[in-house]
Amino acid sequence: MHIPDGFIDVKTAVGTAVLAATGAGLALRQAQRELPPRKVPLLGVAAAFIFAAQMLNFPVAGGTSGHLIGGVLAAVLLGPAAAVVVMTAVLVVQTFLFQDGGVSALGANVFNMAIVAPVAGYALYRLVRPAIGLVAAAAFAGWCSTVVASLSCAGQLAVSGTVAWNVVIPAMAGIHMLIGLGEGVITALVLVAIGKTRPELLDQPDAPVGTLVPVGLVVALGLALFVSPFASSWPDGLEKVAEHLGFDTKAAETPMVPAPIPDYEVPGIGSPAVATALAGGIGTVVVFGLSWLLARMLVPKKPA
Amino acid sequence: MRHDFFDRYSRQDTLVHRASAAVKLIAALALIALILVAPITAVDFFVALGLTLVVIALVARIPWRYICGRLIWLEPFVLGVAALSLLQPGGLWVFLTIVVKSTFCLVTMVLLANTTPFAELLSVVRRAGVPALLVTTLALLYRYLFVLVDEAQRMHRARRARTFHRGRVGVWRDLGMIIGQLFVRSTERAERIYAAMLARGWK
Repeated sequence: MHIPDGFIDVKTAVGTAVLAATGAGLALRQAQRELPPRKVPLLGVAAAFIFAAQMLNFPVAGGTSGHLIGGVLAAVLLGPAAAVVVMTAVLVVQTFLFQDGGVSALGANVFNMAIVAPVAGYALYRLVRPAIGLVAAAAFAGWCSTVVASLSCAGQLAVSGTVAWNVVIPAMAGIHMLIGLGEGVITALVLVAIGKTRPELLDQPDAPVGTLVPVGLVVALGLALFVSPFASSWPDGLEKVAEHLGFDTKAAETPMVPAPIPDYEVPGIGSPAVATALAGGIGTVVVFGLSWLLARMLVPKKPA
Repeated sequence: MRHDFFDRYSRQDTLVHRASAAVKLIAALALIALILVAPITAVDFFVALGLTLVVIALVARIPWRYICGRLIWLEPFVLGVAALSLLQPGGLWVFLTIVVKSTFCLVTMVLLANTTPFAELLSVVRRAGVPALLVTTLALLYRYLFVLVDEAQRMHRARRARTFHRGRVGVWRDLGMIIGQLFVRSTERAERIYAAMLARGWK
């Protein structure tokens, strides 16, 4: 999900940079306020921990492998503000030392993976935790955070005119609905492992809901800018959005390669936006159930 | 594992390495901005740019094999996302533009990382007003990244040495355990680091 240089245009790069700087700045100030000095080194070591954890590959079918992203894991273990700082640091180092993700796309990458994923994920985690418990809530939030971050990423690519809306949104959402399953399972496994050896590390005081609001607003604004144009183009034609945003001219009259999916449509459903939303809705319900089952399997029953 | 594969040449002593980190950082960012706004038809610009990068690499004595190796490692990500752009009218042109531009940007960043020690970059951004908490986090991340990667690999190796073949579910459980244990050890390490920082007069 790391966007390289050259994939987003100037307006998107500037817009996401402003959003990312605002969100990360708010989170930094909050972390500075609420973290005792003795926890300062923990942020750096936790960032190294997330980075190292991302390097461990989990085998998936057919020789492929997946790995953790860690936004929700960091938010559950350290609190949402600290998680934003940690994930931002990880992305900055990935950009400048590993060339994983472009400099011009740093704002977009920080926004998607260091702000949207941990903050939206943490909010969902807090919302469903009373109903299904810590492990299941973290697994569910891990899946949702991956899907939402990928939608935000897809929206940025589409707004930039790099990839057509009706291709990139279903493609990214589809792939990340699968990748997110891995994220959810790994997050749950790690939390169970920590609970077995040092359960007190999981008894962190909850961040007051009010402190989530400022960063939450940044997330909402960004998603409104980059994802909602896709949904609101319903019912008739994404061309209007293209026209509106001025990248329809880029679609040349004589295509060099014919589009394999000229009018992307699911039978019976008029618009890719509706189809994607429907699939997303069904997926969310299914994953909610799966998270609950997973936690039932992983968490040992307490003696009555 | 060799830990410096991404900035192996950053501590050499050449003309480029001796230049101020601030200058190199600003130059790299300016170059990337130019690459991104230049129209793909400006062939002269891209040729001149390519020559400039080659000269910098030669003066800084960064082997071309190393740069190619980094590119081969990084290019699949670029091609993967760029391939999606083929699925639209006029997509081939968009695809070519993206691949050419991001490759030039990658080379620029590989050169920056390999001519400037990370600590110098950090002191530049600190002076530019980036909050101290973020800079400290970045510095510790750089310092402890491979300590933790090594620790994870040691746990993984120890586990494999003691276990016969495990099914996929077992492998996932083990890796979950390892990451969980890594976090526990990270918090303990952070406490020792804090004590050491206090002992050296940090406040």
